[in-house]
Amino acid sequence: MSHVLLSVTRRDLLLARRRQVEALLPLGFFVVAAGLFPIGVGPEAHLLRQMAPGVVWVCALLAAMLSVTQMFASDHQDGSLEQMLLSPQPLVGIVLGKVFAHWLSSGLPLVLASPLLGVLFDMHRESIAWLALSLLMGTPILSLLGAVGAALTLGLRSGAALVFLLVLPLTIPALIFGTGAVLAVDGGQSPQAHLSLLGALLIVTGLGAPWATAAALRISMD
Amino acid sequence: MKNTTPKPGLRWSTFSAPSRFYALAGRVVPWLWAVSVVLGLAGLYVGLLVAPTDATQHDSYRVIFIHVPAAILSMLLYLALAFWAAWGWIFNARMASMYARALAPTGAMFTFVALWTGALWGKPTWGTWWVWDARITSEFILLLLYVGYIALTEAIDDVRRSAHAGALLALVGVVNIPIIYFSVRWWNTLHQGSTIKMTGTSMHQTMQLAMWLMMFSFWAYSFAIAFTRSRAIVLEQESDTEWVKALGAAPSEGKA
Amino acid sequence: MRLDPGSITWLRGTNGSGKTSLMRILAGLSLPAEGDITWAGLPWARAGADARQSVVYIGHANALKDDLTLVEAVAFGASLSGLDDPMGRAGTALDAMGLRSRRDAAVRTLSQGQRRRGALARLRLDEAPRTWILDEPFDALDAASVDSLSRLIEAHAQRGGAVLLTSHQPVSLAGSCEFDLEPFRATP
Repeated sequence: MSHVLLSVTRRDLLLARRRQVEALLPLGFFVVAAGLFPIGVGPEAHLLRQMAPGVVWVCALLAAMLSVTQMFASDHQDGSLEQMLLSPQPLVGIVLGKVFAHWLSSGLPLVLASPLLGVLFDMHRESIAWLALSLLMGTPILSLLGAVGAALTLGLRSGAALVFLLVLPLTIPALIFGTGAVLAVDGGQSPQAHLSLLGALLIVTGLGAPWATAAALRISMD
Repeated sequence: MKNTTPKPGLRWSTFSAPSRFYALAGRVVPWLWAVSVVLGLAGLYVGLLVAPTDATQHDSYRVIFIHVPAAILSMLLYLALAFWAAWGWIFNARMASMYARALAPTGAMFTFVALWTGALWGKPTWGTWWVWDARITSEFILLLLYVGYIALTEAIDDVRRSAHAGALLALVGVVNIPIIYFSVRWWNTLHQGSTIKMTGTSMHQTMQLAMWLMMFSFWAYSFAIAFTRSRAIVLEQESDTEWVKALGAAPSEGKA
Repeated sequence: MRLDPGSITWLRGTNGSGKTSLMRILAGLSLPAEGDITWAGLPWARAGADARQSVVYIGHANALKDDLTLVEAVAFGASLSGLDDPMGRAGTALDAMGLRSRRDAAVRTLSQGQRRRGALARLRLDEAPRTWILDEPFDALDAASVDSLSRLIEAHAQRGGAVLLTSHQPVSLAGSCEFDLEPFRATP
């Protein structure tokens, strides 16, 4: 299974590289959306520092949902998805390959850009580090859950909007544990409990979501 | 290759055939309404007139006789929806899928009622219309899950894909509910949010009686509405079959 | 309907008679509302990876990504089928289809006929006697390519493979028989 996983990841990354501008749009959205908050709320540092973890996380959620329909849309249109379903390779492996590629091209850039936003929100250096770590653990969860939503709404007219509605409620636990970790650090406590829960959530999602996505793909292509 | 005319009767249970469900449900629905109305009136009588006034909250607390049963039913109906949708998916049982679909709007309605009565209760008690208490927040998320299910099943035209996709979504929702509830409670303690407590530590017997009466009334109501809505869905989805044509019913009958 | 090794079946029927639906069901993409599909005596649903390995389905869509080069796209198809040395096999297959000069061109830049031949290159990835389910394979092909594909199909059947295909154009394949879907058409 690891063989097909890597070959699918490699191919998806290759495709993303050839459409670099499109691949970077979620990142652009992330930075712009988060950057609007200080302008809308006022530049008072104390207030910004308090809302920073939540704002950055929510913008990451929204940015992830924006890019998630692309995971299967193009393959669905040109018939590649059919071939993936017919392949003797395990579909779960193929799905994991696509999710991994999605995370590398959409999620990881958010993690790397988060320190920039941390600076914009005048966060303490320690908090910025923990924010980045929480996103490092949280963005794969978003890609995994987003894949389920994208698979369920495959080919539907309102698919993109539906994905938001279907997937965002499911991401709430990750949001709570992720922001909780940073808030704990801000409050002088250890973020360990939150990060452990986030880690457990990542494992559980990593085990369940690819299976659900594969089932959803078969349903949508029936 | 086999002939593909659809046969109305299926293998085992009575209700699995849409035509038989249609007939049986039709007979049962008036009784369910009767039970619901009787229990409802009794519950309201006990709750509004018989149960004593609360020491601190006076008469405004009485809204819990709607709030609590509605909340309980909103959760029960989601579990029922997920169960029947999954049954319909695994066993390819059309009737089960139709029934799940019929449950959704009622479940969403009860969730909304629970939230709204929660607000009505909150205003005189804490001075605000909305409180981010763990249970109310979870109830709000449950409403989103219902809306998501309805939106997805409505957006898919193909009947089979709609039913199976809805089933998968409902199962994903059911699995996530404990996780979401746990995380919301965690979040609530983090932020030292307020917790809605029931009126005092023990409830007066008549209050409990009123709540049980209202709960069973809502339960009977849910069955009545779900059966009625299912019958409408059956007519719509089975409009090509002989027995529906024989009924002379228009395929696009509005959902009751 | 049976697809025996060595058989070539031309599925016939007017538009809307369900040819594509039937092919998708036989390939394993859809479930039939009634009836059973068996593969080597096993029910299709339980036949697993071996069954999927033994079937090659080429539908209307070419399954070639616009932004990949032709050889990359065909090689991906080879790796999905679990074949070794995907790039090497893809190169050989494209040569055999007469597309050597276009192997490093982006699929986006190819003509309809070249893309169709690129999609059909999957049939030349190896010589295993699989079941080929081909929906309108001759579409967009010129006369020479039609001829070449016909010979390929005949050779495949002689090796013990089975072929089921649809075609608007008349086919002249040695050893082929017809299967007409019209009698089974569901009455509205």
